[in-house]
Amino acid sequence: MNFATTATRPRQSVLATNEVIRHTYTLLSMTLLFSAAMAAVSVWVRMPPMVSLLSTGGALLLIWLVLPRTANSAKGLGVVFAITGLLGFGLGPILTVYLALPNGPQIVATAFGGTGVIFLGLSGYALATRRDFSFLGGFLFTGLLVVLVAALANIFLSIPALSLAISAVVILIMSGFILFDTSRLINGGETNYILATVSLYLSLFNIFIHLLSLLGIMGNDD
Amino acid sequence: MASWMKIGWALLLGLMVAALIPRLREVMTHSPRGGRDDWAAALLPLAVVVAFVALLLWLV
Repeated sequence: MNFATTATRPRQSVLATNEVIRHTYTLLSMTLLFSAAMAAVSVWVRMPPMVSLLSTGGALLLIWLVLPRTANSAKGLGVVFAITGLLGFGLGPILTVYLALPNGPQIVATAFGGTGVIFLGLSGYALATRRDFSFLGGFLFTGLLVVLVAALANIFLSIPALSLAISAVVILIMSGFILFDTSRLINGGETNYILATVSLYLSLFNIFIHLLSLLGIMGNDD
Repeated sequence: MASWMKIGWALLLGLMVAALIPRLREVMTHSPRGGRDDWAAALLPLAVVVAFVALLLWLV
């Protein structure tokens, strides 16, 4: 455990880190609520499936092109809400499909609760142990690259077992990213709460989507 | 899924892969190596996540 580093870090630096952590979790809670509201609207107005593709594309463009330029200003807050709102809105057509299943509401609620438990458990673990998980970076980014290539191939191959494996691996990788990102917050590797919020939100979003997919496949007898 | 949507998702995933490669190179050169204790500390909560997901799948 990194007690020595914690003990010798200047008090001001520790206070600044705690401030970043507080701001990150506050913004994350607000964006999750906003995202859930946007998803509810999207389900309510019965958005067509292409909305998922367009919203995800729009959110990714904002993450790649706009967020890096605005993350250090107040405009960054608006960009975070735009990203999370778009991703939430894109969830609508997916949720509509799952809610139409015989035990759909139960599956969606289980995925939602399960995601919350995984996030709180892993964040709590990283915050309590204050370990440095930055060594996981290479492993997580390589895993993510492999899983993205597999998902790309499976769009055309449509192999159900591969879909199942991809979902399981994504949940594992995103869980690792929660440890990685939280430890970066604690150890001063990430000092921008806007960027930290987006990273943690994306991990949560992906865990939810893939847990939903796993529960949908395994929980549906048809 | 319609063909144009498959192509759209494939393009999006392709862009994600392209965006990830420089970040991966950066992380591979700068991230520290973990010791046996570090890996054990990371794998323990991940194993709990696996067990938890298995429980959810069993319950649903």
